[in-house]
Amino acid sequence: MPEELYDIETTIPSNPIEEFLRMDRMPHIWCPGCGIGTTVNCFVRALQTSGLDLDKVAVVSGIGCTGRVAGYMNLDSFHTTHGRAIPFATGLKLANPGLKVVVYSGDGDLTAIGGNHFIHAARRNMDLTVILINNMIYGMTGGQAAPTTPVGATASTTPHGNFEETFNLPFLAESCGAVYVARWTAHHVRHLTKSIKEALAKKGFSFVEILAPCPTLYSRRNKLGDGLDQMEFYRDNSEIKNGADTKSVTLDFQGKITVGKFVDKERPTYIEAMNQHYQKKFGDRYVPSDEIRKLSHAQE
Amino acid sequence: MAQVAEQTKKAKGSVVIVAERCKGCGFCVEFCPPEVLELSTEYNSKGYHTPILAKRDLCTGCDICGMVCPDFAIYGYMFKKKTKEA
Repeated sequence: MPEELYDIETTIPSNPIEEFLRMDRMPHIWCPGCGIGTTVNCFVRALQTSGLDLDKVAVVSGIGCTGRVAGYMNLDSFHTTHGRAIPFATGLKLANPGLKVVVYSGDGDLTAIGGNHFIHAARRNMDLTVILINNMIYGMTGGQAAPTTPVGATASTTPHGNFEETFNLPFLAESCGAVYVARWTAHHVRHLTKSIKEALAKKGFSFVEILAPCPTLYSRRNKLGDGLDQMEFYRDNSEIKNGADTKSVTLDFQGKITVGKFVDKERPTYIEAMNQHYQKKFGDRYVPSDEIRKLSHAQE
Repeated sequence: MAQVAEQTKKAKGSVVIVAERCKGCGFCVEFCPPEVLELSTEYNSKGYHTPILAKRDLCTGCDICGMVCPDFAIYGYMFKKKTKEA
């Protein structure tokens, strides 16, 4: 056996994620104990190992705390108007089909004001990776009740508790036609990284919902402690059920959380369906753009 | 045997802490698998208690702290294995 197995004197490597972030903008605006930074960490590690050409990756965000991600990523990124991250990403993908477009936004942005865009992008099976951070509240605007606020939770607009039925986002995405649906929490860092990597590699509308603590507005108002207490709650109350029926994965106020990869199927994307249809309809008269032709050759 | 026991005790990696970026949320301290981190009693310039590597010998450099850190203020790295020739 050699005397020393490990060389302690090695030079300290620099933080591997710093080249993916705009470090001049750090420290970021997220509160102490907020889970969004953790998800960004996992996203960056997924990008690192995915082998994607970073010049061909674009991040699109809407408005909200999570909307800030586009500003912090050192990639081509765009911070769109409220709820319009998916329409912008759709246009980006259609104009430049060689890009890998990632929509990174919050629950209020993607499912409330942008709900229509969300369901239609899933219906068309647009080739987008949608990462949705669900903190169960409108964080940036002051803690109003969102479509994802659980029944019984207190928000600034529901001081006596929320009584509206909650969106079950994996079920919504699956029923609209998403080809990849997963849910994780900010605590499941390794699973989440793997899941984001799979979603990035998947062709079509892939959707990853991530539960993240909002210590300032959701936890404090509901007397759930700080961000660390919420993370511990995720650790103790999450149940991994891959392939679970998405109907059964509703979120209750402080109830059990079902996490896992729920859907992974194949379906022609919007661009493929369009190509097929027009080739059948017009034959040789149909001339797709160079980008789309390159893409369909690569698929063959 | 004693030598082997000593070998396993030796740290396999370490962490780097950027104290000025830390907001003291405590995620790394709570979720460190070998529980080598502790919140220090010192403050950084923003008034947060930052983590310190309390049990240096037990760190495996697994980088879970780097993955859960929401402020990109900590990361783990493994020491490079020495080749037998060297």
